[in-house]
Amino acid sequence: MLQEIFAFEFMRNALLAALLSSVACGIIGTYVVVKKIGFISGGIAHTAFGGIGVGYYLGINPILGVIPFSLAAALAIGLLSKKAKVAEDTAIGTFWAVGMAVGVICIGLKPGYAPDLFSYLFGNILTVPSFDLWMIMLLDLLILAVVWILSKEFLAISFDEEYAAVSGLKTTALYLLMLCLIALTVVVMMRVVGIVMVIALLTIPAAIARMVSRSLPGMMVRAVLLSAFFSICGLWLSFLLDVASGATIILVAGFCFLLAHAWRLVRLSPSAPGLS
Amino acid sequence: MRPAIIECDRLSVDLGGVRVVDGVTLRVGEGDFLALVGPNGGGKTTLLRVLLGLERFSAGRVKVFGGLPGSSPGRIGYVPQRLFFDREFPISVRDLVLMGRLSKKKLFQHYNRLDRERVDEAVGMVGLERLIERRIGDLSGGELQRALIARALAGEPELLLLDEPTASIDPQMKASIYDLIEQLKERLTIVLVTHDTALIGRYVTKVATLNVSLELYEPNSTAGSQSLAGVAAQNPVFPNL
Repeated sequence: MLQEIFAFEFMRNALLAALLSSVACGIIGTYVVVKKIGFISGGIAHTAFGGIGVGYYLGINPILGVIPFSLAAALAIGLLSKKAKVAEDTAIGTFWAVGMAVGVICIGLKPGYAPDLFSYLFGNILTVPSFDLWMIMLLDLLILAVVWILSKEFLAISFDEEYAAVSGLKTTALYLLMLCLIALTVVVMMRVVGIVMVIALLTIPAAIARMVSRSLPGMMVRAVLLSAFFSICGLWLSFLLDVASGATIILVAGFCFLLAHAWRLVRLSPSAPGLS
Repeated sequence: MRPAIIECDRLSVDLGGVRVVDGVTLRVGEGDFLALVGPNGGGKTTLLRVLLGLERFSAGRVKVFGGLPGSSPGRIGYVPQRLFFDREFPISVRDLVLMGRLSKKKLFQHYNRLDRERVDEAVGMVGLERLIERRIGDLSGGELQRALIARALAGEPELLLLDEPTASIDPQMKASIYDLIEQLKERLTIVLVTHDTALIGRYVTKVATLNVSLELYEPNSTAGSQSLAGVAAQNPVFPNL
């Protein structure tokens, strides 16, 4: 069965994309979950659609439009909510919609039909070109390097930003950098599940991992493995059932999320034996 | 006179247009143990936050270690109210206390063996050796409070700022935390925000009541400190005591 699937080159590419993107997704998703910035991440992801539109309009690979656009969105949302006394959810909501509007206008201005637009919105892991694979790998390495170098600082601002500030850390700069890493992760995930559904795959593996982890590195490793598991399961199911791959991956992840919480409820209920 | 660690001169703080600290003049010398008491909303936490450089002040002057607040992070240990962060955070006591070494490290620098030794010492000092690998979510309130004190101590501070370290802890635990603080006062300058005026009287060298404005009770001799608890307890700003 599996051999049959991987006889196709596009399936091998899809598998590689799924595994590579799981790395960024599990590591950055861990920060998103413990720092409770899921809504911000969703905002950055949707604003990134503007970058796809700009990319189309300029006739370049949309991924090259998305990277600067989503980084700018991350910085703008972060600065606006930290410095300008704008309520964070207002800042996020504004950018969310404005980014998408820019994308729609740009795509409308470009004559002709935008054929694979749908795949950026909802993901199409089966059509990942090798240029995008290299890009994903590069961004993975960048994210890994930054997180490795700044692990103690990121832990400090995630746990207790005020204590981090008292300890002399530049917390705003570190927070903005963290948002930029989220923006790059969105770019990485875009091909797999699309920008509309990125937020689910960014949060679900990390949220499940948190239930059984005692440290951030432990949680990251588990989240990466879970993310890879969801992606591969979803990919396989979508091949069997001939349905959209991105949506299937999200449904697998969502189903496991419910299962994990059901398991937790059963385990924590007073009647369950073996409570420690 | 002992060298000054904290100097406030007619310090005022406004938060959202409301004056929460008004014209506070205060001097804390090396080795002092100041208890800051007063009603909720009296500005105690705000004053601590100003000393830490977290809050701006609107008038007056403040010096901490002779410089601006926030300019000497490596010399201050801070124990915040423990209700302010996520207890479900996946972090062990060891990694929590390790965070106390942050102020001693440069950006990009990873923790090393010296840092880990200091953590072991600090955890030993507060008596949490057995629980060092435990996730903080599995600690009791008193144990978590000790872990937070250990975090402050791991940074080898000269000044310790504690913000209500015994709030919502059972009385027995309270006493043990005050015993711990008493040991620390031998080598540290301490500012303690608290409601437990009855318990602290025998430990402190100064008591200040802060209810927007500040009043200081400072004994001339150590014998005088016996009566400090009485001063605070009889003060009309504490209807609950």
